[in-house]
Amino acid sequence: MRDKKVRVLLAKPGLDGHDRGLKVLARGLRDAGMEVIYLGLRLTPEQIAQAALEEDVDVVGLSCLSGAHMVLFPKTVGLIKEKGGGDILFIGGGIIPGKDIPGLEAAGIAMVFGPGTPIGEITGFMKERVRRRGVDNQD
Amino acid sequence: MTPEIARLVGGMLAGDKPSLARLISLAEDDSPHFPEILEMLRPRLGKSYCVGITGPPGAGKSTLIDRLVAVIRSRGLSVGIILVDPSSPVSGGAVLGDRVRMQRHYLDEGVFIRSMATRGSQGGLSGGVQAAVSLLAASGRDIIIIETVGVGQTELGISGIADVVVLLLVPESGDDIQAMKAGIVEIADIIVVNKADREGAERLAEQLKAAVAPGRTKAVPQVITAQAINDIGIEALYRAIEKRRKGR
Amino acid sequence: MVEKKANRELPERKKEFKTTVDGTVVNRVYTADDLGKDRQVDVALPGEYPYTRHIMPGGYRTRLWTMRQYAGFATVEETNNRYKYLYAQGQTGFSVAFHLPTQEGYDSDHPLSAGEVGRCGVAVDSLEDMEKLWEGIPLAEVSTSMTINATAPILLAMYAAAAQKQGADISCLRGTVQNDILKEYIARNTYIFGPAPSMRLVTDLCVYCAQDMPQWNSISISGYHMREAGATAAQEAGFTVANGIAYVQAMIDRGMSVDSFAPRFSFFFAAYTNLLEEVAKFRALRRIWAKIMKERFGAKDPKSMMLRYHVQTDGFTLTGQQPLNNIVRVTLQALAAVMGGCQSLHTNSFDEALALPSEEAVQVALRTQQIIAHESGVADTVDPLGGSYYIEWLTDRIEDGAMRYINEIDKMGGALKAIEKGYIQREIAASAYNYQREVDAGEQLIVGVNRFTTGGEPAPELLEVGPEVEQRQVARLSRLKRERDNQKVGEVLDRVYVAARGDGNIMPALIDAVKAYATVGEISDALRGVFGEYRETGIL
Repeated sequence: MRDKKVRVLLAKPGLDGHDRGLKVLARGLRDAGMEVIYLGLRLTPEQIAQAALEEDVDVVGLSCLSGAHMVLFPKTVGLIKEKGGGDILFIGGGIIPGKDIPGLEAAGIAMVFGPGTPIGEITGFMKERVRRRGVDNQD
Repeated sequence: MTPEIARLVGGMLAGDKPSLARLISLAEDDSPHFPEILEMLRPRLGKSYCVGITGPPGAGKSTLIDRLVAVIRSRGLSVGIILVDPSSPVSGGAVLGDRVRMQRHYLDEGVFIRSMATRGSQGGLSGGVQAAVSLLAASGRDIIIIETVGVGQTELGISGIADVVVLLLVPESGDDIQAMKAGIVEIADIIVVNKADREGAERLAEQLKAAVAPGRTKAVPQVITAQAINDIGIEALYRAIEKRRKGR
Repeated sequence: MVEKKANRELPERKKEFKTTVDGTVVNRVYTADDLGKDRQVDVALPGEYPYTRHIMPGGYRTRLWTMRQYAGFATVEETNNRYKYLYAQGQTGFSVAFHLPTQEGYDSDHPLSAGEVGRCGVAVDSLEDMEKLWEGIPLAEVSTSMTINATAPILLAMYAAAAQKQGADISCLRGTVQNDILKEYIARNTYIFGPAPSMRLVTDLCVYCAQDMPQWNSISISGYHMREAGATAAQEAGFTVANGIAYVQAMIDRGMSVDSFAPRFSFFFAAYTNLLEEVAKFRALRRIWAKIMKERFGAKDPKSMMLRYHVQTDGFTLTGQQPLNNIVRVTLQALAAVMGGCQSLHTNSFDEALALPSEEAVQVALRTQQIIAHESGVADTVDPLGGSYYIEWLTDRIEDGAMRYINEIDKMGGALKAIEKGYIQREIAASAYNYQREVDAGEQLIVGVNRFTTGGEPAPELLEVGPEVEQRQVARLSRLKRERDNQKVGEVLDRVYVAARGDGNIMPALIDAVKAYATVGEISDALRGVFGEYRETGIL
């Protein structure tokens, strides 16, 4: 068997155009040996969910700096879970007030990374939490 | 065959996208179960038509595919798309960004898009691509499109998989043609000169028509000029592909 | 010999002291030998070409910069209250933040607007909202800056119509629209249409202003967002000027003479915490622009050569950790803007890495400017750092660095081509990634983030925009759509469509459309029908 790669989908739901953080993270994950499917910005939760399922990713990273995260993150996570992506790890980033974090966690976001988070902290978290899914491990 | 794999295959054949997606992952990871899966699907193969689209970075491959898919869908045909980008030779990771340009097809049930990294394989195609093509074929896709970065001889792998190879060039590629002649230009069935509103497009098209190397074994490639971003030349490309598909 | 002493090896705390200009390091000390030898020694006084020291001879002794705080949130009522508050606090100009749906051409009831209504700015769907936004504020007497790009022609039409309803003569209106679409493709990402139709809309607006709103700044060519996206100081300077060149050329290509519009071209830059490099950046920018306008475009009117600009302290440098530290960062950044000679300034609020700014934080930000203006003494003489060996050397380095980018872009055929190729985007993305790696490696030190950290801090009071804001705005919009003359709306939208297909100026059709209460989303849809939509190219 070839080496398994952690596959990560990065996307910005909603209308926010601040993509510096997501682009930096994409490069950082690549340099940590992961495969990043970069989905870009101005996406609906439905579009992100469809892509996450077609790409069979291990992790979905959502970014939002416009303040719409409480609407867009839970909706995206919910759609993906509903359509069969229940074992995907979800992470979030952006301008997220601390008081919103419990709500996002309840919605299925495993961790929220704010501005200034070192890339190594994010890759470390992901590597630890991603137990590569797939039938080969279940035989 | 584990019950889980049987479930995935059943799901895929019933049109379930996550099952298909998971099976592609198994193919990509070279799962020991895969030959068995393929054997089971063999009777379902052979109906799909596979289009390889290659060309240098910046030629507009993803945009062309986006427009071409719109035309294919307007004819009622379903599409599977495999977007291949290189893995980093240093880290083994990859950023796969081609999907961005195909946003408008995300919610179309008749379109399935999958991004794959080369994962260090030769020929510019990851070992999983052939298997993914088979899976998409078995799932009933009428047309399967593979996008690869072509920069010379490393891309020859595409001709082994695709039924038709489309090479996409831009006017600025003129200088590279000589270098590429022995490689990718030789395996192309159709050559699209994209961004044809730019200076040098006509000249490049003429050059290409004249530049078929002696000893070429394939038929002389058809040359089409296009401006993918403005939807110009896409219909002609579709017809060229369709003619070959029908004439199979 | 001064030179020998300056170069002697001494033990130092770092291997290298860096500027952000590619490959240029900071020497231990600067002397007269470091002043440019082969270039004109920049002894020109403030107000004299090439305006390195300031565009006006008297600088802030004549008039202070405009303290212009960017604000807007929730619905027009809340924002109108905030504006009245700021006005009472002594703010001398307004700066409107529109929510993202308005910026990207969607109404508040569009599915993509879900969750975004009133978040990043104020929700304006129609002229009715614009009228309420300015209730009680006489538009003939104030100056207003609007951060609006893809939909700038529509929002300017609304502003003009609202002013006329107040009885104002639009030729007297003062203010600025950002109207800088090129940097949207590079960094800010609120584009709607592709580059070619967008450039037509940009120039339509500029031509309209040159003829009908002569006191209005028709464009604010912005480096700020490119800097936020990761550009270095020299990249910010070079890429902004390259975009500026593209706009000037586009106007000339429409048959306008350079001096008929260039005096109303303005700029917008970021100020980082690296005080001296930022001061040098502003000085270099004035010199670069003056030379280009005079030598390349043959401008005769000195006003065409003068780089007038707004500065915002940089949002990216604000930290969520120990947020009060941001007050100090903003102070240094504001000092750079003032000692660099800006015409107007926005100071960020210390809590903006966490949420929209609270009222208290906004007040501290404004007070920071007032303290610099009235207590620090830096506004008492023009270009207070001019003549410093280091500042003059650094000014030259930034100019050189920026000119390298400008020349490179010229070789590609201009900014539009360079953007199409992804050149500018890639350069910025690489800088952003390098910076992050330096921070992660501890080479770039950020107080409170990767050094001098403390554990859990109490969260400051944050401003909240609740979900009821969206419900209220959507209800208001649906009432408007019910009550207005919808037959007339259909007609004016048809006229917008026809005007967009033609090659005349689109502004008159837009003004008629907004006056009939056609919405931002409806007008944008009519334009989408002609121009199509742009999709990002995913360059990393």
